[in-house]
Amino acid sequence: MTKMKVEEQEKARTKARMSGSLMLIEALKEEKVEVIFGYPGGAVLPLYDELYKAGVFHVLTRHEQGAIHAAEGYARISGKPGVVIATSGPGATNIVTGLTDAMMDSLPLVVFTGQVATSVIGSDAFQEADVVGITMPITKHNYQVRDISELPRIIKEAFHIATTGRPGPVLIDIPKDITTAEGEFDYDQEVHLPGYQPTTQPNHWQIRRLVEAVSQSKRPVILAGAGVLHANASNELRQYAEQQNIPVIHTLLGLGGFPADHPLFLGMAGMHGTYTANMALCECDLLINIGARFDDRVTGNLKYFAPKATVAHIDIDPAEIGKNVPTKIPIVSDAKAALQELIAQQGKPADTAAWLKQLDEWKRRFPLHYEPEAGTIKPQKLIEMIYEMTNGEAIVTTDVGQHQMWAAQYYKFNRPHRWVTSGGLGTMGFGLPAAIGAQLADRSATVVSIVGDGGFQMTLQELSVIQELGLPIKIVIVNNQALGMVRQWQELFYDKRYSHSLIPNQPDFVKLAEAYGMLGLRAKTEAEAAEVLKQAFAMDGPVLLDFHVRADENVYPMVAPGKGLHEMVGVKACEESSR
Amino acid sequence: MRRIITMTVNNRPGVLNRITGLFTKRHYNIESITVGHTEIEGVSRMTFVVNVDDERTAEQIIKQLNKQIDVLKVNDITDQAIVARELALIKVAAPPAVRQEIYTLIEPFRASIVDVSKDSLVIQVTGEPEKVEALIELLRPYGIKEVARTGTTAFTRGAQKATTNQKTVFII
Ligand SMILES: Cc1ncc(C[n+]2csc(CCOP(=O)(O)OP(=O)(O)O)c2C)c(N)n1
Ligand SMILES: [Mg+2]
Repeated sequence: MTKMKVEEQEKARTKARMSGSLMLIEALKEEKVEVIFGYPGGAVLPLYDELYKAGVFHVLTRHEQGAIHAAEGYARISGKPGVVIATSGPGATNIVTGLTDAMMDSLPLVVFTGQVATSVIGSDAFQEADVVGITMPITKHNYQVRDISELPRIIKEAFHIATTGRPGPVLIDIPKDITTAEGEFDYDQEVHLPGYQPTTQPNHWQIRRLVEAVSQSKRPVILAGAGVLHANASNELRQYAEQQNIPVIHTLLGLGGFPADHPLFLGMAGMHGTYTANMALCECDLLINIGARFDDRVTGNLKYFAPKATVAHIDIDPAEIGKNVPTKIPIVSDAKAALQELIAQQGKPADTAAWLKQLDEWKRRFPLHYEPEAGTIKPQKLIEMIYEMTNGEAIVTTDVGQHQMWAAQYYKFNRPHRWVTSGGLGTMGFGLPAAIGAQLADRSATVVSIVGDGGFQMTLQELSVIQELGLPIKIVIVNNQALGMVRQWQELFYDKRYSHSLIPNQPDFVKLAEAYGMLGLRAKTEAEAAEVLKQAFAMDGPVLLDFHVRADENVYPMVAPGKGLHEMVGVKACEESSR
Repeated sequence: MRRIITMTVNNRPGVLNRITGLFTKRHYNIESITVGHTEIEGVSRMTFVVNVDDERTAEQIIKQLNKQIDVLKVNDITDQAIVARELALIKVAAPPAVRQEIYTLIEPFRASIVDVSKDSLVIQVTGEPEKVEALIELLRPYGIKEVARTGTTAFTRGAQKATTNQKTVFII
């Protein structure tokens, strides 16, 4: 026997034999997973039995959708993969929305679904669903384990794929018999994926081209998306913008990547972006996109988008470059690596003095604005009050709708990784469970979950989890007795035919909070709002706050669908400060 | 625009589904697909013929395919020197009176008769899709009963062997 063979045999002997369920737990330990979000069922009973014995921290949400959104919130704040377990059939189909959401917003998840036993797959067995087929287009990758010997490799690959390159959800479907079968647990193996080699370092020549373009540009602007956050590149973004005197715009998902109070910050772009940000996109001669994907909510009608600009695009996903907007300078790279390289180049800064003066003028003349009104709560004012109450330091999660846009506009994020929202998919029901994951990722943070009266009811059962774990989340319901964003579109584009968007008989949310064993408070005026906010933030536990706001308030400014960014409506000049 | 795209993929369950699903999701029009084993165990080769509106769509297809974990290498070989072949089986009405005529007709195509029955013939032809097309058109007046085409399979010619171990990167 050769020496090598002997060594191999030695190694094999030291590898433990165990069940698929135990392998999964061991693998999660190897991956340093701190928390699992899940829900049991027939196909995952062996796995839950091992969980019970292993004493792993598992959060039982009250619906699988809650589990996966919580995992997303966790991933968004911690930067680590969120882990989910669901049973076969209905358990698995309940996570479809969350997978799509994570796919669209590039959140790393590793999701395990139970499956019926291998022997009955394909026979329409009880709680069988073709989960791999269903989730193929909404995962970065997915697997069905067909043999116990593959399990360790697959789990290892799943964590690798979810967290590298452009992050995303990876699903592993495990037939029940695999969870009880025994095999060798070999987790000490290299990931070998010849078809998956993300480019993370920028091409030097393209970097040089960008440096050159900046030095010649008079009106450059940076559009920074969540790619900056995924790459932990906030510091580099700031350093680069300051070094080159380039103003910065954020996408909805990018908020916090660049400090909102920085003089070079122009606000959020797009449908409900600031006047200055959108005008800067219309007027710029060089547009540097860093980690954003030119979503239609950002660009408006592409025909009118950045008409005067040379476009440079830094993205870790080559498929995003040139997808929607023709791109002159493509840079496939991790945002941090590219920014570091750009900073190191110490290129001649753009001569932006006149441009910055123009932008400042716009900022002064056309700020975000709303009409204050006595005797009611203006939703915009409410967000400002929350901002002040939390010193702008809170983690804010939102649902989807008007309240989400107001939160994005009026909560000024100065730090990265404080903002958790569903951007690409716009998933109602996201905000509350996401707050659970966010709080578990950062126990000491103040977490505010700003939700609508509509979307809150899509996942409100997760109040149970908040109460059970005693998470001190402040739940803010912006209660306009309406599916406000739908109502707004019907007002503006459907001649006020409010088809199924008004809900005057919303339940008593304060009583609901009490039913779930937590404090509920209500406010109908600004003074009351100040009062209940003070009370809520002074206490340690969870609170649900029901704010009755004006039902007919709209989100402005706005770029109507199909219009160009230059066609904003609801912009009001602030005359006195224009001189 | 007609593009011929070849790729090698891991021969894993569901791979074809992944690829065709991607085409459906993004509204890419597939004209034909062929799939088969390669000289490497566990690796299959696919050849697509797709119809796209413009260069940008063609580029997107390649990039999206490249993103698939099980896709090892993608190439748009339309504009390269390639060998592209298709096989077709054509069942044509052939009463004894016209048989001889048909024999003569197919000869320049180097097609062969693979089945004969009382009133029909089955003709097998291989070649570039245009050639197959041309033969079908010539046979049409006799009454075509059935056609089965495999779709194009292709690779680049020997001299400029396009095989590298890297995925083709189009941006940098
Ligand atoms: C799951 C889901 N269904 C439907 C929609 C469409 N939609 C977008 S915003 C909105 C209204 C949301 O109402 P609410 O939660 O009360 O928030 P508001 O707009 O009033 O602040 C709806 C129905 C959606 N985004 N998600
Ligand atoms: Mg509402």
